[in-house]
Amino acid sequence: MDNIIEIRNLRFRYDSDSEKPSAEVLKGIDLDIKQGEFIAVLGHNGSGKSTLAKHLNAILLPTSGKVTVDGIDTADDSRLFELRQCAGMVFQNPDNQIVSSVVEEDVAFALENLGVPYEEMRQRVDDSLKAVNMYDYRFHSPAQLSGGQKQRVAIAGIIAMRPKCIILDEPTAMLDPQGRKEVMSAVREMNRKYGITIVLITHYMEEAVQCDRVVVMESGRIIMDNIPEKVFSQVELLRKIGLDVPQVTELCWGLREAGVDIPPEIISEEECVKVLLKLLI
Amino acid sequence: MLKDITIGQFFPADSVIHRLDPRFKIVMTLLFIIMLFTGQSVVSLVFGIAYTLTAILLSKIKLKMFAKSIKPLMPFLLVTALLNILFVSGGTVYFHWKFLKITSEGINVSVVMIIRIIVLIAGSSLLTYTTSPITLTDAVERLLSPLKKFKFPVHELAMMMSIALRFIPTLIEETDKIISAQKARGAEIDTGSIKDRAKNLVSILVPLFISAFRRADELATAMECRCYCGGEGRTRLRQLKSAPRDYIALAVTIGFFACVIVINIIY
Repeated sequence: MDNIIEIRNLRFRYDSDSEKPSAEVLKGIDLDIKQGEFIAVLGHNGSGKSTLAKHLNAILLPTSGKVTVDGIDTADDSRLFELRQCAGMVFQNPDNQIVSSVVEEDVAFALENLGVPYEEMRQRVDDSLKAVNMYDYRFHSPAQLSGGQKQRVAIAGIIAMRPKCIILDEPTAMLDPQGRKEVMSAVREMNRKYGITIVLITHYMEEAVQCDRVVVMESGRIIMDNIPEKVFSQVELLRKIGLDVPQVTELCWGLREAGVDIPPEIISEEECVKVLLKLLI
Repeated sequence: MLKDITIGQFFPADSVIHRLDPRFKIVMTLLFIIMLFTGQSVVSLVFGIAYTLTAILLSKIKLKMFAKSIKPLMPFLLVTALLNILFVSGGTVYFHWKFLKITSEGINVSVVMIIRIIVLIAGSSLLTYTTSPITLTDAVERLLSPLKKFKFPVHELAMMMSIALRFIPTLIEETDKIISAQKARGAEIDTGSIKDRAKNLVSILVPLFISAFRRADELATAMECRCYCGGEGRTRLRQLKSAPRDYIALAVTIGFFACVIVINIIY
């Protein structure tokens, strides 16, 4: 498969033009993301994960290094709209990214901006709303919706652009558990059913477990990049940089420390139950 | 308590008036207002009343709602009436004390004035009652679009209006939260002298403004991410299409207007 996102030695500092530039936020990032991958970026506050996300659709531009998305250099100003159509972005606060007072019009916002003709726009808006299961709410006002519903509307607004890649910057951080579940299942469906590449910035381990690949960031660098099983088996390292591990992993780790014979790479509840049953019976 | 605030109250219903093209509705409302004030005689006022009542009946909105919109203006109406009664003179004198006179002409003028203002409010409320704010914004944008030639920022204005409408409920909710938070910290918002209350208001407004600016910043980024670059080359999901009924309604309005002018000439 081809790489949709290629990041080469990306370095970034805020106000790099001023005489006293601030400390580097990103200190040399190299990352390749394949088309259709579902990747989580973990890291605690200030690790640079949101800053990295903002480089993927040119909200921020590299101080040095290069970011290429679907063959488009993010620093290329002439292809900015092409880039933003290809890599959509969903933010943390659903309230602050919904523009219109009617759900379906908000979903149409990007298409209106791009000058998509009416007939096609109608079709794409309806398809997007159905894809996130919000079609029945198309005439509602965002104020009447729950957080999870609003975030799904925001996702619909992005997929209406038919992007190849969606970057979600902590999309569930402000939601209740129910909303979190709704949004995650919508995101998973985008990936499985439509083959959209997903870059999920999060600090919920339970969400990272569901991805194909987990990248862990710490003070502007990538320190781990592997499948979730491998990443979460390194409990001590994760703890050291201030991250939690999923409950299941923690349980297994504790048992292993106590001398119980459990393989290190268990991250799903079912697997854990299976192994424990085998041990007990 | 803030939940009760509604701006541009809109009562969704399925009526002819609701279905009219909002652009036509705005034009008709303007015509109606001009008609009310060009009419000099009582007969033309009757035309205005008939026009408003027909529209209200067609809109399927209860008369009570209109009464509600007029109620807060009652003190203003009474003062206007009183001033007219006391200072307009002419005709039979009923009462005279120093420079104050109550005359038949004064009473006439003030009664006509009150009725005219009530009809005016009821008629123009009908516009916001039967048109959702967002459609109204849209219609304003299209009606003003010829001004684009003179570099008037029509699209920007409409975008600002629709974003403001979008954020009213969000900011009201936020204000409620801030009030609760400040009350929990011992701020007295509902009690004390006016001066104290004004001071306490600062403790609500400052966090509200800071949060509104933060929201604006995030919204701008989100809009850029969705390729927003101004009104140039935009297409619209909401299509405004005029139907025969719009032209009929407009013709009726113009008909009423013509009658009022004719009456003016005759009398």
